[in-house]
Amino acid sequence: MPVESYLGVPLHRPKVAFFEFTACEGCQLQILNNEATLLDFLSLVDVVTFREAMSERSDDFEIAFVEGSITRADEVKRLKDIRKKAKVLVAMGSCACFGGVNQLKNRFNDPKWVKEQVYGKFPVESEEARPLEDIVTVDLKIYGCPIKKEEVEKIVTNLVLGKSVNHPKYPVCMECMANENICLYKLGEPCLGPVTRAGCDAWCPGSRFGCWGCRGPADAANVDQIISIMEEHNFSADTIIDRLECFGGFKAFAEELKKKTAKSKTKKKRAGK
Amino acid sequence: MIFRIIKKLELKELFDVMAENRIIGPVQKGTSHEGKPLYAFEPVLDFNDLKLDYTTTTRPAKRYFLPSHETLCTFSIHENGWDKSVDFNIREPHVFFGMHACDINALDKLDKVLLESNFPTPYYAAKRKNMFIIGVECNPQPFCFCRSMGTDSASHGFDMFLTDLGDRYFVEVQSAAAFNFLKNIKTREPEEKDHTRYMKVIAEKNRKFTTAVDTTDLAKILDMEFQSDVWKYWGDKCLSCGTCASVCPTCYCYGVEEAVDIDLKGAKKKKHLYSCNLIDFAEVAGGHNFRPESHSRLKYRYYHKHRGFMEEFEESLCVGCGRCSEACLAKITVPEVIASVRSGVKPKGRPGRHGK
Ligand code: SF4
Ligand code: SF4
Ligand code: SF4
Ligand code: SF4
Ligand code: SF4
Repeated sequence: MPVESYLGVPLHRPKVAFFEFTACEGCQLQILNNEATLLDFLSLVDVVTFREAMSERSDDFEIAFVEGSITRADEVKRLKDIRKKAKVLVAMGSCACFGGVNQLKNRFNDPKWVKEQVYGKFPVESEEARPLEDIVTVDLKIYGCPIKKEEVEKIVTNLVLGKSVNHPKYPVCMECMANENICLYKLGEPCLGPVTRAGCDAWCPGSRFGCWGCRGPADAANVDQIISIMEEHNFSADTIIDRLECFGGFKAFAEELKKKTAKSKTKKKRAGK
Repeated sequence: MIFRIIKKLELKELFDVMAENRIIGPVQKGTSHEGKPLYAFEPVLDFNDLKLDYTTTTRPAKRYFLPSHETLCTFSIHENGWDKSVDFNIREPHVFFGMHACDINALDKLDKVLLESNFPTPYYAAKRKNMFIIGVECNPQPFCFCRSMGTDSASHGFDMFLTDLGDRYFVEVQSAAAFNFLKNIKTREPEEKDHTRYMKVIAEKNRKFTTAVDTTDLAKILDMEFQSDVWKYWGDKCLSCGTCASVCPTCYCYGVEEAVDIDLKGAKKKKHLYSCNLIDFAEVAGGHNFRPESHSRLKYRYYHKHRGFMEEFEESLCVGCGRCSEACLAKITVPEVIASVRSGVKPKGRPGRHGK
């Protein structure tokens, strides 16, 4: 039974649609995964398009949840079309927000070569992986790879009730400390927790894996500082760059560091070291 | 004050007597990559897990009386309104077996704000009234500066306090409850030789302090140095991560959030501890941020600890446990920050970089 009112005030059930571009569909799966609350979720909103879950589809929607990065010309067109129809466009997951793991291929600076390596002679169109924001205006971002279902539920509940949607502005360390984890740096592991936006409940450090920054930078991310801290802990430039560029949220910093490292390497070569 | 002597072997008896209750004590939780043991206050079931000779715990015992997340009340929502139910979240009394003086003093400081102020917080009070504290003499570490803060010994705020004299413990008994527990085990009156030994042990402990903070006129100096450049130096290093407040036994700042359940039939009011170093700590409705820069947030952390609290209670809100300094990845330490503010000299090294 759809919920019709809240505290005596009639509720509007927004029509929502889910779309995917270049992605693993893991984010959409997160939403379907939550069996305990799936029915509540479905009674809050009116899902008109959701390829993962249903066969009907409609072009009449208010909120578009978009998963994936953009890698082809037809995707650009389709995304622009969704933007036209949607009142609210939500970028869902790291791929949509920052390019995600897909954008790792951009690092090779030669899309043709990458395509050949991956697809061989098979005719596939695949350009640089771009976040939605490169093409259209994004109204709201849901961070994470994958997104955290509890967070999506909270966001959707707030959207329906007309409450503001607020992401944590602080970094993962706050959640990590709240969970009484031992800091991974004490165990000799790198971690991007001090600069990455919280909201995942310190998912990775909770399992003794350092954060890879899938949720992108926190509001006051002091990335230069965490780079020098990692250097001080004797993590190599490659290790640091790998981490910073993994999900695309720290792209600019990764590139800057790459340039710097390349420079110092040539310097060393010249000096005959 | 009543003093007793108990034999080392009797301590297990005491533990067993207390074990009807939930015992929280220092245990080894892991080992750092440098091979150092990492201790934490955890529930202890087996006496052998209790590490009374621990260095310090990386985290204070705060989560047992000031948890990082706490549901303050729940609402059940119906057509015409709601019902509210409040739970102070106290399930059982806690026995803290082996708290150092700094942590006991930290509790006394928290009491001043959360119990004895105009607006006591019942969530804290309920837990605070349900604890029994056994203190234990500590083993000063290179990062400890409690001596400078006057918190290296505890004169109240515990039920009993143990000092290791080798084959026996010197016990200070401060509460009737402690006195009654001790009736269950073998103790004796201290003799002159115990007193002599006690004073020797304390003198030995005092010799181990290597870090000091000059607190003379500190509140005044902080006022004078409000515009000092050194704040900017530390601010550039700071990650605004909040870890220093998370590991601090006396930080109590929090935020409150109301969340409606997805079925719209209930809601919760939740509190979570916050930190003044976080970017939006001083952000107000409408979006204005009074402290958008990291150095101003860091500065106010020091101002609350060493100046604001001082003005209000004539003591600092820092017990010198050194946990924040140990936990800070940017290596921002209280002794160094205060020394630099006093001297006006920034530590050497590239600003914002780790160059020491
Ligand atoms: S493990 Fe990572 S997220 Fe956790 S406190 Fe350490 S740096 Fe922060
Ligand atoms: S800890 Fe980091 S990488 Fe892991 S889920 Fe959270 S933000 Fe993503
Ligand atoms: S002082 Fe250190 S622990 Fe505190 S917020 Fe800054 S970087 Fe984090
Ligand atoms: S400010 Fe640092 S040294 Fe002082 S009580 Fe807090 S954690 Fe301990
Ligand atoms: S203002 Fe800062 S230093 Fe003071 S109690 Fe709050 S978090 Fe701790």
